[in-house]
Amino acid sequence: MLTLWLILIPTLGGAAAFGLKPDILRRLLLIGVGVAHLGLTVCTWFHPTEPLLGGWIHLDPLGRLFLTVTSILFAASSIYLWGYLREQGATTQVDLELGAFQNNSEAIFTGCLLWFLSSMTLVTMSQHFGLLWVMVEATTLSSAPLIYFHRQHRSLEAAWKYLLICSVGIALALMGNFLMAKAASTAENGHVSLVVSDLVQHAKDLDLVWLKAAFLFFLVGYGTKIGLAPLHTWLPDAHSESPSAVSALFSGALINCAFLALLRVVQVCHAAGLQEVTSQLLIGFGLLSMAFGAAFIFAQRDYKRLLAYSSVENMGIQAFGVGLGGVATSGALLHVLASGLTKGLMFLVAGNIMHTYQTKSTRDVAGLWRKMPWSGALWTFGFLSLTGAPPFAPFLSEFTILKGALETNHAVAGGLYLLLLAVVFIGMSAIVLKMSQGDPHPHCNPENVHGDWSSIGPPLVLCALVAGLGLCIPPQLSDACREAAISLGGSGW
Amino acid sequence: MTNIILVFLVLTNLMLLGTGRISASIRIVAAQGVALSLLPLLIHAHGFGVRAVLLAAATVGLKGYLFPRLLNKAQRQASVRYEPAPFLSFSTSLMLGVASVGVAMWIGESLKLPEIESPLIVPAALSTIFIGLLLIVARKKALSQVLGYVVLENGIYVFGVVLAQNEPLLVELGILLDVFVAVFLMGIAIFHISREFDHIDVDQMTTLKH
Repeated sequence: MLTLWLILIPTLGGAAAFGLKPDILRRLLLIGVGVAHLGLTVCTWFHPTEPLLGGWIHLDPLGRLFLTVTSILFAASSIYLWGYLREQGATTQVDLELGAFQNNSEAIFTGCLLWFLSSMTLVTMSQHFGLLWVMVEATTLSSAPLIYFHRQHRSLEAAWKYLLICSVGIALALMGNFLMAKAASTAENGHVSLVVSDLVQHAKDLDLVWLKAAFLFFLVGYGTKIGLAPLHTWLPDAHSESPSAVSALFSGALINCAFLALLRVVQVCHAAGLQEVTSQLLIGFGLLSMAFGAAFIFAQRDYKRLLAYSSVENMGIQAFGVGLGGVATSGALLHVLASGLTKGLMFLVAGNIMHTYQTKSTRDVAGLWRKMPWSGALWTFGFLSLTGAPPFAPFLSEFTILKGALETNHAVAGGLYLLLLAVVFIGMSAIVLKMSQGDPHPHCNPENVHGDWSSIGPPLVLCALVAGLGLCIPPQLSDACREAAISLGGSGW
Repeated sequence: MTNIILVFLVLTNLMLLGTGRISASIRIVAAQGVALSLLPLLIHAHGFGVRAVLLAAATVGLKGYLFPRLLNKAQRQASVRYEPAPFLSFSTSLMLGVASVGVAMWIGESLKLPEIESPLIVPAALSTIFIGLLLIVARKKALSQVLGYVVLENGIYVFGVVLAQNEPLLVELGILLDVFVAVFLMGIAIFHISREFDHIDVDQMTTLKH
């Protein structure tokens, strides 16, 4: 029953949001769905869930991990949006560079946001590759209108790029689906369905050549959506142009859902004995993405793009960890949760900064600690967490990945990984600390400094969660990480 | 019969590469979609099952009727008639297209799929995928890129008909629905782009860099 409600609540809520008239009711609905979804997700950690649709939909430990990140971030964003939508509403906004613009209809925005949640929920639960593909594409389609909430040139350009690049990428993943079906059809004992557990069970009968081809198409296809370099071109634009709460969901939940889709393929490839191919490719793409992220973080002038490139870097870390195998896989899975929550925190705070300073330029913002003590402190803590400083959770996960690299005899790759982490730390600290310290610049010295509860509360809770996870990991979580890691060919820590 | 359809597919691809008139391109892509929708009926080992007929009907309705309507509407709203100066000239892209058919033939030859009915299927599908991608990168008008996306999807569809004959109906319909919504949203986006920018040239959309 839990599974069914998790899907139905956001789907029905989304349909209702299109029709609901008073704005206040719609915003309450958004928060209600977000909180209810989070509550149900927490329940799935304590009560076993049963498969639906003959095993097509089933929440396994791997999926539950991703569902949890998605659900926490959505609840945080829905509360954050309460204040944001009240302020932005249907009034005409002024952009410093491009002049006045209108906002898109709030009903469409809320409806798409809720459907976005239901499609992401289904991605985390899909066990059938066909259904999984349909749902990953559905996340793209439901989220494209969210980018265009501010009706102006830049967000339209970002939405167009996102829609086209991701649709083409995911079309290639469809090709991977067909190749996977071909690999399964050559099995001697007749027909094997495209359900993950079925494929894993009959993995020895799969045709390896077709499976390898399928993996390549999946890697390119879902890799586009994950934002693995050099396929990440849509990502910085979409992340920087959408409203901050949506960016938080993109960076922490959406691209992680695509990462989960790729992990499902890795599960099958691992069972069929293709680890060598998958791990080499994942390590390569992982390090490349980290390098791209690091290169663009340096001297970045737009702090939302800074966070977007940090997303690319973090997806690289995750791919690298899964590619290494061993303990690094558990580390990568913990990193999904740790970095997902941190990125959510950072984007929400970035929204606060943008609202106060009315600019996205890193050079115009200074004196955050003085002007907005709460947001300034969260911005600094979030930066420390994002770059893997103790005591926050990403420190643990990044350290576990490093340990895995040394244990699996990838000393050179491990060294590169450390070097890139250091470069990112230096690049980000130069920008973030300059924004936080000192006095505001005279040409950009805002008046209003008091954020309300809805803009400070959600990032504060996320920050507390990340810090808490860094100090003590609940046994349920480490069990789930271990179980999921074993299915991917790794081991627990 | 299957061979005729596949040859038609390749020829329409080449026509698309050679023409800059958008309304003609929309009609060609629609004809291609209708021709392809017959494939599951011809190829399926189980013959005229309910499943094959349903799929064919859905595909005809979508690619033969809804897509051309949507795209024609977008074209009228954006008032764009032709592609004046694509990134790659028509003759260059045409030559690349012909070359891709040759390479696809060679790959199809070396793949050796025993149980396939027509030797043309793999080359036709591969070259269609390539030409779809080529249309996306070679053209400047946003509308041409959407057409490229539909062509790419057509190529993958041909592969799917052959490789995944047992894909459940629900999934097939889901795929069609997704493709429909994607084209629908792209149509809306083009409408907004033409209103905001007064053009739909993607090479002029360059505000966002680094």
